[in-house]
Amino acid sequence: MNGLQFANSGTITINNQLLTEESVWDVRQKIGMVFQNPDNQFVGTTVQDDVAFGLENAGVSQQVMVERVHGALNKVKMNAFLNQEPHHLSGGQKQRVAIAGVIALQPDIIILDEATSMLDPRGREEVLETVRELKQENEITVISITHDLEEAAKADRMIVMNQGRLYREGSPQDIFELEEELIALGLDIPFSVKLTKELQKNGVRVVDGHLTEEELVKDLCELHSMM
Amino acid sequence: MLDKMIIGRYVPANSLMHKMDPRAKLLLVFLFVCVVFLANNVVSYGLLAVFTILLISLSKIPLRYLYNGLKPIFFLIVFTFLLHILFTKEGELLFEYGWFEIYEGGLIQGFFISVRFTLLILVTSLLTLTTSPISITDGMEELLGPLKKWKMPVHELALMMSIALRFIPTLMEETEKIMKAQTARGVDFSSGPIKDRVKSIVPLLVPLFVSSFKRAEELATAMESRGYRGGEGRTKYRQLNWKTSDSLLMVSIGVLTVMLFLLRS
Repeated sequence: MNGLQFANSGTITINNQLLTEESVWDVRQKIGMVFQNPDNQFVGTTVQDDVAFGLENAGVSQQVMVERVHGALNKVKMNAFLNQEPHHLSGGQKQRVAIAGVIALQPDIIILDEATSMLDPRGREEVLETVRELKQENEITVISITHDLEEAAKADRMIVMNQGRLYREGSPQDIFELEEELIALGLDIPFSVKLTKELQKNGVRVVDGHLTEEELVKDLCELHSMM
Repeated sequence: MLDKMIIGRYVPANSLMHKMDPRAKLLLVFLFVCVVFLANNVVSYGLLAVFTILLISLSKIPLRYLYNGLKPIFFLIVFTFLLHILFTKEGELLFEYGWFEIYEGGLIQGFFISVRFTLLILVTSLLTLTTSPISITDGMEELLGPLKKWKMPVHELALMMSIALRFIPTLMEETEKIMKAQTARGVDFSSGPIKDRVKSIVPLLVPLFVSSFKRAEELATAMESRGYRGGEGRTKYRQLNWKTSDSLLMVSIGVLTVMLFLLRS
């Protein structure tokens, strides 16, 4: 989507701009990508160098660069690590630096390509929290490619892909209604959705549409206090 | 494993030498290496030694580190000293025992050469001790900048160097991990005859190479998606600034050169 590979058939359009060999660098300015492996996308020798890498490529002047590097690191709460070297950081911290490097360029769209799949649960939570905050504060579209359903459940819109083709599109609620179909695809449904179904089968009057465990727990507590 | 690395070991501190522009320091070392060969008598060598001691005192580097830098070449210094004693047959004969003769000239020459070696190593290790590798890279890029006119890929070389520096610890960690994994599978790295030990490196190197290539590919993709397209139109985040103290350093090496010309016999 940001021109690392071109379409074999059809066209790719980003914000009404057709992706071609000529427009690819413009498009890359508008789209930031965060990849899977935290180590292999860290270019700079220190945190601030890495965040500055994209800005250097864009030819931003030095004063503006310093400002934006600091701003971006503030947003991902990594400003205390300015001069740290990558091998002293945890995976989650490295991914947050990668996100800072992306937002320093002020893109319209951020693509997370399995960005949390190599992290431990805590690192994953850190990264997702950061992304969520960013999305709320700035007008950024976040496209998250993931196999983690708890993560996917928090999306506004969900697209299920199967064998390179669009399989289903809709809100997470709609998608998780498919249950059996998803399981047939080798995916699963979140634990909370599963539990709701089981509870309903056993005659507990739980409402549908809980996507996260917290929501479900809250609802169950309310239900319990009513009884 | 990381602690054993001695090449370019940088000692962070807040001294005058640390604050110097890396370009000035690189030029200083380069010029020093050239003018060392001008000295040919006690006074001129003495002058060089005083200059070196002055630089060291400006750097506030603990002498222990400088000594560590000298240790590996200690053998070389002693060796050349002995060669000179044995084979330079000039001046007065000082000592004779059968075929073994020591001449005054040999003794003096050997001594001078050892001093020259020591001074060279001291000054170059002073550079790496007071300048972080990344600053050295920046300084090199700037200094070699004019060569771009002759199609020398200066920016690419500097980027290569900085990426290499960045990945040294990562690859070290990886080596350790692979070593453990192979030990768990029964490879013995630490004992047995040399032949077996060399052979046991193979199962270490193969996975290391495979993963390095994979890393390189992913890094290239990441760089490209962040808009990297060579040195053209690129700005620099790290700025070098040439201060008065840097100019003074250059003046000092100039004065040193002139004095050496006057003092040499």
